[in-house]
Amino acid sequence: MIKLVGVTKTLGGHPVLRGVDLVIPPRKLTTIIGRSGEGKSVLLKHMIGLMQPDSGEVWVDGMEISRLRGRALNDVRKRFAMLFQGAALFDSLTVFENVAFPLRERLRMKGPEVAGLVEEKLEQVGLAGMGHKFPAELSGGMRKRAGLARALVMQPEIILFDEPTTGLDPLMAKSIHDLIVGMQRKFGFTAVMVSHEIPEIFGISDYVAMLKGGRIALMAEPLEFQRTQDPDIREFISVGGTVSLRVVSPGW
Amino acid sequence: MITMLERLGRWTMNLVGEMGRMLIFVVSAVAWLFRPPFRVVQIVKQLHFIGYKSTFVVVLTAAFTGMVLALQGYYTLRKFGSEGLLGSAVALSMIRELGPVLAALMVTARAGSAMTAEIGIMRITEQIDALDTMAVNPLQYLIAPKLVAGLIGVPLLVAIFDVVGIYGGHLVGVELLGVNAGSYWNSIASSVEWKDVYGGILKSISFGLIVSWVCTYKGFYTKMSAEGLGTATTEAVVLSSVLILVWDYFLTSVLL
Ligand SMILES: Nc1ncnc2c1ncn2[C@@H]1O[C@H](COP(=O)(O)OP(=O)(O)OP(=O)(O)O)[C@@H](O)[C@H]1O
Ligand SMILES: [Mg+2]
Repeated sequence: MIKLVGVTKTLGGHPVLRGVDLVIPPRKLTTIIGRSGEGKSVLLKHMIGLMQPDSGEVWVDGMEISRLRGRALNDVRKRFAMLFQGAALFDSLTVFENVAFPLRERLRMKGPEVAGLVEEKLEQVGLAGMGHKFPAELSGGMRKRAGLARALVMQPEIILFDEPTTGLDPLMAKSIHDLIVGMQRKFGFTAVMVSHEIPEIFGISDYVAMLKGGRIALMAEPLEFQRTQDPDIREFISVGGTVSLRVVSPGW
Repeated sequence: MITMLERLGRWTMNLVGEMGRMLIFVVSAVAWLFRPPFRVVQIVKQLHFIGYKSTFVVVLTAAFTGMVLALQGYYTLRKFGSEGLLGSAVALSMIRELGPVLAALMVTARAGSAMTAEIGIMRITEQIDALDTMAVNPLQYLIAPKLVAGLIGVPLLVAIFDVVGIYGGHLVGVELLGVNAGSYWNSIASSVEWKDVYGGILKSISFGLIVSWVCTYKGFYTKMSAEGLGTATTEAVVLSSVLILVWDYFLTSVLL
């Protein structure tokens, strides 16, 4: 379980998080939504200790990690994997080496064992046979999927996904959603996903949380979330629906 | 008056803070060097980048430096009728001074700025954060190999620079201006002492550290923007060059 208590963070003189209270239930898929620039990526970085809160606490399974350093922090991070919004692939390594990196560096695995796992993951994200390419030779969507393969290959307890489907075509987005949900159901890791894919996320998430004004405005199961009376949240989540209405209307 | 004092104070605090950060940076990177896993492959890769790939530009500058030294030296020495000492003039200036300084400046311009840009891009595109999340220490994986490569690579380049420079001097002095070949080499053999070579080695090792230290530091703390990357690269080259020259003066005055 990840728990944030009263987390505040000011970046570049501008308050981004203004007291986030959030509980991420274990072994579930929780999706965080919110406007662009609202601080969703910053929020994820607090969970994995890449950023430290100005005030407040970040708990991971009964351990307060926001003041941890060095080896203790490393031990906590070993339980995580993260897909960065920009994929954050290592430019100097091929796609294969990127996906193999955590296996080799963290699990000290070698040779054919690594190759097997890496090829399997690359195939699952639709990048079979692309292992020899360098990140610079890939499209944005392909980079994202390579980053996803790198996050999934470790099968850790907790995986943070920062916009796994942004920049993908709708078919690919659906298959990536299916992959994440499928793996989550199968291996039961705790998943936290940041996404703009409304309404799709309501169909796949166990919980949805909305970040607004530097706080969690609402967190609930998808059905309950969609029944909210808050006008701002209603407006935010209904935009996706409006588009599909318009598609229907020309025949009318 | 107060505001001026205030500004001076703030400036000093910033400077002290920055120096402290730089020191912690290099000390922790070196400490990580002695902890497994040992990044031999990374070190070799960096050595290839800093050393091998700088050879061409180092050879080129060395040849022309030696050649121009011979021209200038010949012009001066002829006034005293001692052209025979040309070899020693070229060799001593090369080994004691120009070899280490110019080679280090060339490495700063070619490899140092590239190092800053590479690490800066890794910072901006969150590759350094990604290393952190995979519990791989960026200082150990990224920085330490570059420090080692600078420490080993620059002295080797300086050795090449000295030799090529002396041959460049030979080319101009002996082949072009007609100084006797025997006296060119003899004057080198009789005037260059171990302490000259030793001083040159000491300089080149410390310059190697300065280049890789300053350039990796500036890259590592790049501000999160494309503009920040440009600033970091410029600052790295300027600071590294200035430090090389200042440290050169200091070492020379101590070694003399
Ligand atoms: N390292 C940083 N330094 C300074 N400011 C930052 C930093 N990271 C984020 N910010 C600022 O924090 C705010 C929130 O950024 P964040 O990336 O978390 O937004 P987001 O909700 O993920 O947006 P998007 O949906 O576009 O990805 C932005 O105003 C951004 O400029
Ligand atoms: Mg974001």
